[in-house]
Amino acid sequence: MATVDHMGKTFEIDEDGFIDSFDSWCPEWVDYVKASEGIQELTEEHWKVIHVLQDYYQKHGIAPMVRILTKVTGYKLKYIYELFPSGPGKGACKMAGLPKPTGCV
Amino acid sequence: MAKVASPEELVKVDHTPPKKEWMDTPVELKEGRWCYGSKPKDHEVIGLPNPRAWSPGDEDWKLPENWQEIFLEGMRERLDKFRSFRLFMDICVRCGACADKCHFFIGSGDPKNMPVLRAELLRSVYRGEFTTAGKVLGKLAGGRKLTYDVFKELFYYFFQCTECRRCSLFCPYGIDTAEITIIGRELLNLLGCNIDWITGPVANCYRTGNHLGIQPHAYHSMLEFFCEEIEEITGILPEPSFNRKGAEILFITPSGDVFADPGTFTAMGYLMLFHYLEGMGLDLTWSTYASEGGNFGYFTSHEMAKRLNAKMYAEAKRLGVKWILGGECGHMWRVCNQYMNTFWEPPKNLETPVSPITGTRFENAKDHRMLHICEFTADLIKHGKLNLDPSRNDQYKVTFHDSCNPARGMGFFEEPRYILNNICNEFYDMPINTIREQTFCCGGGSGLNTDEIMDLRMRGGLPRANAVKYVHEKHGVNLLSCICAIDRATLPPMMEYWVPDVEVSGVHELLANALILEGETKRTMNLRAEEFPWVEEEEEEEVEEAAAEVILEAAEEEVEEAIEETAEGTTEEAAADSAEEAAEEPVKEAAEEKAEGDK
Repeated sequence: MATVDHMGKTFEIDEDGFIDSFDSWCPEWVDYVKASEGIQELTEEHWKVIHVLQDYYQKHGIAPMVRILTKVTGYKLKYIYELFPSGPGKGACKMAGLPKPTGCV
Repeated sequence: MAKVASPEELVKVDHTPPKKEWMDTPVELKEGRWCYGSKPKDHEVIGLPNPRAWSPGDEDWKLPENWQEIFLEGMRERLDKFRSFRLFMDICVRCGACADKCHFFIGSGDPKNMPVLRAELLRSVYRGEFTTAGKVLGKLAGGRKLTYDVFKELFYYFFQCTECRRCSLFCPYGIDTAEITIIGRELLNLLGCNIDWITGPVANCYRTGNHLGIQPHAYHSMLEFFCEEIEEITGILPEPSFNRKGAEILFITPSGDVFADPGTFTAMGYLMLFHYLEGMGLDLTWSTYASEGGNFGYFTSHEMAKRLNAKMYAEAKRLGVKWILGGECGHMWRVCNQYMNTFWEPPKNLETPVSPITGTRFENAKDHRMLHICEFTADLIKHGKLNLDPSRNDQYKVTFHDSCNPARGMGFFEEPRYILNNICNEFYDMPINTIREQTFCCGGGSGLNTDEIMDLRMRGGLPRANAVKYVHEKHGVNLLSCICAIDRATLPPMMEYWVPDVEVSGVHELLANALILEGETKRTMNLRAEEFPWVEEEEEEEVEEAAAEVILEAAEEEVEEAIEETAEGTTEEAAADSAEEAAEEPVKEAAEEKAEGDK
C-alpha cells in the first residue's frame, strides 16, 4: 500500500487511491482528494453529499446505493457528477472515506 | 488505472502472431490486462495462503521459498483427483478449432489468448514435469519447466479467461477449457496469487453472507426502499418477509441486484411478482443470511466454492422450506446446477420444486431442489396466471444476451425468450452464432468485472457488442436484456463504449413493467421512474378533451338558461336555434344575445 502525506497527516491508500480505513478519515483527506478530483472549491453541496454518505455508512456498514443517495440529497445523478467528476463511487465515496463496493457491481 | 483507447483505436486488432515460437516469446504483463493483487486482510479472513501486500506489476511477487514444490505437489494432487483434468492435459491434438472462438483472442489478438494456447501454458508444465517424454526431451516433446516467468505467465492468462466455455463447444474432444482455468487458478491460489476483485467479495461473503458485505439490517432496509419505490409507481406497497420459518419457498438472488443499478430494478421486479402471487398461494421468504446467489469462491477454488455455497442448504434447513427459488444470476447456476448436490446432501425437508400456483412439478430440479425464476415465471405465463400488458414496454426494442453459465452450463435458452415474447411487443434475437449455446461472453465474467482491466473488458466485449450493434442498426434495438448480475454490471459500460443508445436490463424488470397488479393506480412510469414516452402525448390529449368538455358543458348550461329564458314567449325552434349557436364561440354572449333578440 502506498502512503501520502498531506497537511501534516499520513494516509495509506490502495491502487485506486481509496483510503485504507474509514477510521483514518479526516477533513484533511477531503482536501487531499479534492485536487485529484479536479474540484476547485468545496461547496455546501459537496459536504452534504459527503455527510449523507458517511451517515449511511455508519448506520449500515456499506455505501448507500446510488438511488438512495440521489433520493436523500435530492440531487439528480447528473448533478452529483457535476459536483464529483469521477461520480458517486470513485469520487464522492472516495472523499467520504468509504471503501469501494465489490462483487457483481 | 490504465487509460482505455478510443473504440476507433481499440478495434484495430492485429491477429498476426509473433515470429518466434510461443515458448520463446516471453510474457509481457501489460497494464490494463492484469487485475490488482489480492489483499492480505482478505487472505486472513478466509485463511488463504501467503497473506502479503503485492502487485502483479511488481518484479517480486513475494512467493514462499518452496513455491515450485507447492505448485507441483498441488498439480499432482489434482491430476490424481480429477480424471477430467488429467484427460484434458493429455488429449489435445492442437487442431485449433477453439482458437478463434474466444472473445479475448478476437478482441486482443494475443495468441496466448487462443484457448488452445492458454491451456498449453499449463499443459507444457504437465509434460515437462510429469511425463517421461517431456522430462527427457523437454521442448522437443512440448514440455517446459515451471520457472518464475512461466508462473507469472500462468497468472496473467488464467485471469484473462472468463471460464465462459464457448471454446469448449467447438472442441471435437470436448475439452472443457474453463476447467483448466479453474484448476490453474486453484494452483495459483496455493501460493496466495489471486486478484483483489475476487478475494474481496469472497471475504465479504464469508463474513456477512454476500459479496458486497451487506449486513442483515442493511439488506432489510434496501428491500424496504424498493417497496417504497414500487408504491410510488403503482400505489401498491409489497410487504416481503425475511428469515421466516415455515415458509414454503426460500428465495436467493445475487446481492448485486439489491445494490447496483440496473439490477435494482430487477429486484423490484421480483418483489412485484411475489406480491402479485401472494393472494394466489405463494408462500415465500427472503433471507438476510443466505443473501447471495453468486459465488466468487468458485473463481478461487472448488473448496472455497463449497464453503460459500454451504449457507444455501443451511438456511433452507433452518427455515424448513420445501424448495429454493433462485434469481437471475449466471455463475450461481453453474455452482447450484452442477455442484451443489454433490458438495452437500440436500436437507431432508427439501423436495422437488412444485409451483404452488400451477401445480407444475419441476423434475429437472429434483436433484438440487432449486428452481430458476425464469422457469417459474415462464410456467406461470404458460398457464395464463399473469395479467400482462406488454404495451407498457413499448419504449423498448429488446434483444437478449444469453448469459454463459445458464446457457452452456444448463442449456437454458427458451424460458427467458418465452417470457420476453409475452411481455414485449418487439423482440429481436441477435445472429444465431452469437446467442444460445454459442453466446459471447460479456467480457467480465468469473470475477473479471473490475475497472482496472477496462481495456481487456472492452476488447473481450467486442464480439458481443458487435452483435448488439447489428440488431441496433437493423431493427433499432435499444435494450439488451439478460439474466445475470455480472452482466448487468458489465454490459452498461460496454454498451456505452461500443453501442451507445442501448440500455441494459434484467428480464424481471420488464416483466414487472408489464404486470398488472390488482388495485394499482394508472401507471405513468416504468420501474426506473422514467415517465413513459407516450404519457406526455396522452396528457396533451386529455387536456384537449377536458378543455372541449368544459366548453361543451358551458354551452349546455347556456342553452338551458336560454331555453328557460325563452320558454315564456318563443317557439321550440328558436330554442333549438339558440342551442346550436350557443355551442359555438363565444358561447355565453351569443346565447345571451339570441335570447334577448328572441324576446
